Amino acid sequence: MSQPLSQIRPSKTNAWHRWASDHAITAISVLGTIVVLVPLVAVLFYLIYKGASSLNLAFFTHVPKPVGETGGGMANSIVGSAIILTLASAMGIPVGIAGGVYLAEYGAGTWLGAIIRFVADVLNGVPSIVMGIAGYSLIVVHQHHFSALAAGVTLGIMMIPTVTRTTEEMLLTVPHAIREAAYGLGVPRWRTILSISLRTAAPGIITGCMLAFARIAGETAPLLFTAFGSQFWPHSLNEPMAALPLQIFVYALSPYDEWHRLAWAGALVLISMIMISVGLVRYVTSRGQLKGGH
Amino acid sequence: MADQNTHQTAAPLLNVHLPSREPAQPGAVVDRAPQAIREFLGKRGSGAGADGVFGGLMLAAALSIIAIVLLIIFVLIQQSKLSLHEFGFKFFLRTAWNPVIGDFGAAPFIYGTVLSSVLALCIAVPLALCVAVFIMEICPKFLRGPVAFLTELLAAIPSVVYGLLGVFVLVPIVRDKLGPFLVKTLGWTGFFGGSNFGEGVLTASIILSIMILPVISSITREVMAAVPISQKEGVLALGATRWEMIRIAVLRNARIGIVGGVILGLGRALGETMAVTMVIGNNPQIAKSLFAPGYTLASVIANEFTEATGDLYLSALIEIGLALFLVTIVVNSIARLLVWAVTRGTPVSSR
Repeated sequence: MSQPLSQIRPSKTNAWHRWASDHAITAISVLGTIVVLVPLVAVLFYLIYKGASSLNLAFFTHVPKPVGETGGGMANSIVGSAIILTLASAMGIPVGIAGGVYLAEYGAGTWLGAIIRFVADVLNGVPSIVMGIAGYSLIVVHQHHFSALAAGVTLGIMMIPTVTRTTEEMLLTVPHAIREAAYGLGVPRWRTILSISLRTAAPGIITGCMLAFARIAGETAPLLFTAFGSQFWPHSLNEPMAALPLQIFVYALSPYDEWHRLAWAGALVLISMIMISVGLVRYVTSRGQLKGGH
Repeated sequence: MADQNTHQTAAPLLNVHLPSREPAQPGAVVDRAPQAIREFLGKRGSGAGADGVFGGLMLAAALSIIAIVLLIIFVLIQQSKLSLHEFGFKFFLRTAWNPVIGDFGAAPFIYGTVLSSVLALCIAVPLALCVAVFIMEICPKFLRGPVAFLTELLAAIPSVVYGLLGVFVLVPIVRDKLGPFLVKTLGWTGFFGGSNFGEGVLTASIILSIMILPVISSITREVMAAVPISQKEGVLALGATRWEMIRIAVLRNARIGIVGGVILGLGRALGETMAVTMVIGNNPQIAKSLFAPGYTLASVIANEFTEATGDLYLSALIEIGLALFLVTIVVNSIARLLVWAVTRGTPVSSR
């Protein structure tokens, strides 16, 4: 690239300067990327190594043992996390999708739509610890005890803005002609939205839901004051419940090697869960896009 | 407005033309009992009622988002009333934090939060720019996907796992390797004095910078993608090198959006809780040394909320939460506006 330039420029030294700065910047940016990625990959492998060497069957089948005894697992935390996340998804996904439908199909271009979109972005940026306090003040204070229910509702609220915004964006990519075709056939508007718009945008919306799910699956701060954690199998939604991220937090800060081992194993399980869901989404949507491409 | 109009005009129209629309309905076997279907469709009112109910449900869901935010603000103010009355606005300037005698002030936490976040930005912004420029302009095509995926992967790792890695990997490194090195090279600045246990503001900032890097880098990429290709081609046609093209065409056009991304990263850093709590040392003090343990707004809540005895203690913690909430709202709003100002012309799919 520098060959023709040096012929045009009057000053050779200037050309050299420009050539050098161009290559210097290229080098810096490559170096910067390496500085970011290499330690990251190394640390991830370390996590996998530590986690895999600590994993065993007991981890998935046993509840925690008291301090000092070896063995035990996090089965109750895994079940508890599953319950809380199911609760959150059952609340967050329908409300989120409905909100997105409103923004894309009814509120596009209106001031109310603009306000709701802005508030959704604001809610998306609220620190998770503040959501934890909000969940505590809204539910735990009135119930007078920590509960899985409060945790589910709090995480559900955290899902809503992500799901809403993705649903909206995906619905906006649905060509208007398809909707008009449905209207032309006499299909009512609500039916058009359900069977035409939402179905066409389904791969993207599912991606959004899974990403929202992956995000709240690792949230710890909101659970501190809502689910609180427990050493036993979950019995009802109305009592404190163990959750995987919470247990990792407690074990990581504990002074016992045995608990550190469990924390590494728990982290590996949590990361794998999240990576699998994100990877699954990527796979499914890439197929969906191929199908929708022609 | 326009949508409402079409809705209103469409409804009566449908009623009038009901019979003629019939063959288009799913029931193509009209011949069997046309009357029954006609009655059925008539009863359904051509979906006008259902349309109203459905639209109302969607509106209710959308409005619930606003309701939730208002509810959160209301409940936080209500719960922190005690502390608001007791200390007023001086709360944020007082340096005392003594739960035993009920003396509370948020200044050490604000100091810790701002210091760790700004330091994290100083580390993360140059690297994020490098990554974004590399992916968008320099990277060969086949590497672009994997590298972008890896940086996005950073964002998917939960905060508590970063904390775990911080406690067992980063803390020993800062204590045994990075710390002594910094003392030797930059000790004269005075920022690296005191004893270094590995847990402190510096470690928290490094963890934070890793966590906000994907946010900044993905927003930067988004706004860089929004730069019209003709601008880049124009600059290249004038004989610019690649770096001059990036500087003149890309970065200059995208700078407002990049600032927006940086502020968005700041918002994320201010509210980050678990990883910071696990490595910052949790000591409410205002120290000059970056090795000294600190405390942030978010981590004091995480650590002391469930152990808070007494209403004033609890309400002081909730007031800290309220402050954090309002600050992040302001920071995020500014960031969104800046990003929106750059990307508004481009299609949503560029995300």
